[in-house]
Amino acid sequence: MKKFTYTEKKDTRSGFGAGLSELGKTNPNVVALCADLTGSLKMDAFAKDHPERFFQVGIAEANMIGIAAGLTIGGKIPFTGTFANFSTGRVYDQIRQSVAYSGKNVKICASHAGLTLGEDGATHQILEDLGLMKMLPGMTVINPCDFNQTKAATIAIADHEGPVYLRFGRPTVPNFTPADQKFEIGKAVILNEGTDVTIFATGHLVWKAIEAGEQLSAKGISVEIINIHTIKPLDNEAVLASAKKTGCVVTAEEHQMNGGLGDSIAQLLARELPTPLEMVAVNDSFGESGTPDQLMTKYGLDAINIVNAVERVIKRKS
Amino acid sequence: MASTAELEKIVSQVRRDIVRMVHAVNSGHPGGSLGCAEYFTALYFEIMKHEPSKFNMDGKGEDVFFLSNGHISPVFYSVLARSGYFPVKELATFRKLDSRLQGHPTTHEGLPGVRVASGSLGQGLSVGIGAALAKKLNKDNSIVYTLHGDGELQEGQIWEAAMYASAKKVDNIISTVDMNGQQIDGSTDQVLPMGSLRAKFEAFGWDVLDLERGNNISSVVAALKQAKEHTGKGKPVMILMKTEMGHGVDFMMGSHKWHGVAPNDEQLAQALTQNHLDDEKDY
Repeated sequence: MKKFTYTEKKDTRSGFGAGLSELGKTNPNVVALCADLTGSLKMDAFAKDHPERFFQVGIAEANMIGIAAGLTIGGKIPFTGTFANFSTGRVYDQIRQSVAYSGKNVKICASHAGLTLGEDGATHQILEDLGLMKMLPGMTVINPCDFNQTKAATIAIADHEGPVYLRFGRPTVPNFTPADQKFEIGKAVILNEGTDVTIFATGHLVWKAIEAGEQLSAKGISVEIINIHTIKPLDNEAVLASAKKTGCVVTAEEHQMNGGLGDSIAQLLARELPTPLEMVAVNDSFGESGTPDQLMTKYGLDAINIVNAVERVIKRKS
Repeated sequence: MASTAELEKIVSQVRRDIVRMVHAVNSGHPGGSLGCAEYFTALYFEIMKHEPSKFNMDGKGEDVFFLSNGHISPVFYSVLARSGYFPVKELATFRKLDSRLQGHPTTHEGLPGVRVASGSLGQGLSVGIGAALAKKLNKDNSIVYTLHGDGELQEGQIWEAAMYASAKKVDNIISTVDMNGQQIDGSTDQVLPMGSLRAKFEAFGWDVLDLERGNNISSVVAALKQAKEHTGKGKPVMILMKTEMGHGVDFMMGSHKWHGVAPNDEQLAQALTQNHLDDEKDY
């Protein structure tokens, strides 16, 4: 197992803020909108440096999505910022009609996704957003794993023509992606090559997959670890090639089992290459208040859950 | 500058298009479409600075229009075709399979003249504000127009947008509410009385103009010209336009019953007789 190191833990939302700030300097068409969460989304630097290109819309997310759609008419590239819950479920019809169906070049940037939002509880811990967004025709859905990857993704989506959902979070997590790694939309990142099992992980679960890989490696299991930062379009080629090589698959994500990464991979494999598969995800449940670590443990999203899933799925190999 | 008589002829042709389009597919929304024939004709043939043959999505240097109450697509499509955005004969494809003229307007099939999908109500004002903000950033002093139904104002997003537009001094937008007083289930007063829309929009910081005769082409042109004079003064501009649902077809006039019902063969003949043109140019 390859050794992964990091110098510090950082939050992915700060990666977004850093990426947006850089875009502010390099791309004059980039504009940003926020629904009263500028600090939480780390959009302060962009707002301060480019006040004419920053739109504070107040607590009115539906209006924010509509204004963003309108700003594209005239050649702007709008980045909207609010929590993942208010970026998706709350404004689903606005995104569906004014953005996705209308083919508008809006970047919906969503922080505080999943259980790791922590103490605020289930009202804010959306675990359905990837599913909601990936069902929209033409929507690109991205869930990067750490600060560097989120920053690179933020910069990359400005050059992608079309609507994008970019999901990130609140807690600090190991920042291990090389700062100079190019972000390629729709291209899976193979973190570790192995032969016994493949772990496909996304977002905060990528580091957990690395931790699980280390434990499994110590038990003599050869683990392939693949970071699926783009949920849609899924890198079908990478998924099929790895599943064919290892013969069994575990998926890991901070999302409902229904509608998430595991669901996409299971669909693909069922169609093209039926393969034993286990999913590490939230099983049809809302979250609750608690610290991020407590919640990840209680809802079964820790490294040990991935280890257990790997051991189960290897037994199912014929 | 078209004469009043010329504009009136266009209005009649537009009414003929509307009833023929909805009759042909036995579906669509004739009532609100007929009531807005003067508004659309005034906007597209007299008021807006636009180049129909060179449609591009960004509309830089042009006035742009957003239809928020997308169900009145027949009047929108008729006026777009008649003003040169696409061939008039394409009106015959309205609501049919593989058409660019979907039941509700959309950019999805690439119909020139449409800049956003609408139909799910309440979204067009926000989109118009976004386009107006882009114009300001682009130092483009042309104007954004939006149209809304009065029933549509029951959607909360309208009021989010109304609050934003005045707070942020979006003064390059002229919105119009089609106050026909009708919605699907009955009159707006029966379904959800909204009180004084003037008082509401004024309280939300808008410059509000009344257009009492929204089915009189001269009055509509005058009101839109007046509204243009009110732009650039720090406030968004709202025209409260009184119209009659179904105007121009006597048996459809003033009733919510023709919101989304098509005429039969006999009713179509009557409607066409009532909008007779010696030199009709039906598609």
